[in-house]
This record gives sequence, structure tokens and C-alpha cells, in this order.
Amino acid sequence: MERPSPSGTIRVRFFARYAELVGRAEAAVAVPLPATVGDVVRRVRDELPGGRGLPERPLAAVNLKHVKLDASVRDGDEVALLPPIAGG
Amino acid sequence: MTYLTRSSISVEALLADVSTPECGGTCAFLGTVRDGPEEHGVTAIEYSAYEEMVEGELGRIVAEVRERWSGARVAVRHRLGRIPAGEASIAIVTAAPHRAQAFEACRYVIEEVKRRVPVWKKELRVDGTEVWVDPSGRPTVRLSDRPTHA
Repeated sequence: MERPSPSGTIRVRFFARYAELVGRAEAAVAVPLPATVGDVVRRVRDELPGGRGLPERPLAAVNLKHVKLDASVRDGDEVALLPPIAGG
Repeated sequence: MTYLTRSSISVEALLADVSTPECGGTCAFLGTVRDGPEEHGVTAIEYSAYEEMVEGELGRIVAEVRERWSGARVAVRHRLGRIPAGEASIAIVTAAPHRAQAFEACRYVIEEVKRRVPVWKKELRVDGTEVWVDPSGRPTVRLSDRPTHA
């Protein structure tokens, strides 16, 4: 008998224009593990109202550090989707 | 240590932070809200940030400066919120034993901020429109053009 794959809950945060597109600053997203940041992005784009307005390959951070979309995520991680940076 | 403020930036306070007799060169950079011919009447810019990550990323940049330029000292403030045209959104002050290192370190900090530090800006224009700005400094999306979602 196959065991169901474990699921993780990721806290996803949105900023600036992305927060406006999805109408919120954060969301809790459930993903089957193992999962990558890219899996979380796909889930967000598929499930959140307004999610299709987000790019398929946004800049991202996990737990306050820049990562590539193939970085893995764990249950409880904070994933941030970052619009093009425009500070200074 | 916090690198963020919602008030006017005091350059004097940053200068005092880095001041030491061992440093013979001090370099100060201010980035200010611009309303030039290409800006279409910018009255202010609304700055927002992923604040916890800004603190971490700026901390790493400051540590990199200390590692690259021996004896260098750095003070940085980024202002958030609504900043009127002409006022500073960022101030960077570097001090080093010699002027070349101070200039190089200061340039390094602002370029890394532009590349890595998660801050965003929305131009507020005299005609009432609001426009997100992309990294090249060109407006990208007029908010009135945003797709709407049921």
C-alpha cells in the first residue's frame, strides 16, 4: 500500500505590485513534499484569485534569502515573491 | 541595528557613526526622489519593502564591505513611506583609511542595494496617477491598466 506523500504548509508573502495583483500580503499554501519554490509559485498562480497575473518565474526568497526557483522548500518555510527590485 | 527609517535621513548622524581618526577619507552618497524631464511630474515616491529581508541583506552587504576594504566603516539608511521629490530615499556613508577605498566601498553599497535589497517604489504624479517603477527607472505598469479579477 502506498503511503500518501507528506504535505507542507508554506507561508507565501507578496509585495508591492504582486500584493496588489492577488489582493493580499500573504497566503498559506499547501504543497506535497518534496517541493521547490517553483512548485509553490505554480500552486499560487493556479489557486489564488489574481494569481495568473504573477509571472511564471518571479524573483523569490526563502526565509529572507534570495533563491532560485529550483530551491527546495520545507514545511513552515516563508517564501516571498519579489517584484523587480527598485530600491535606492 | 536597523537600516530602515520612515523619517528624514540625518546624514550628520551617519557621518558620526563612521567617524574615526584612522580613516582619512569619507564618502557620502544620497539617492533622492527625482522629478526630471522624463518623470512626468513626480510629486513623491511611495517606498515599500520586505523589511525583515532588507535588514538581513543590508547587514550582509555591510559585512562584505568590511571584508573587502580593510579598515572601512559603513553607515546606511533607507527611508520608506511617502518621500517628496527632492528628499533623500537612501544615504550611504563610507569611511576608509584612504579616499579610493571610501569611494569604491560607497559605490559597491549602492550598486548592491540596487541589485539585491527588496525595496519597491511607486511614483505619485501631479496628475493623480500612480505608477510602479521598474529597475531601469522606467515606469512599467500604470495602476489603471491593471487587469481586474472577479
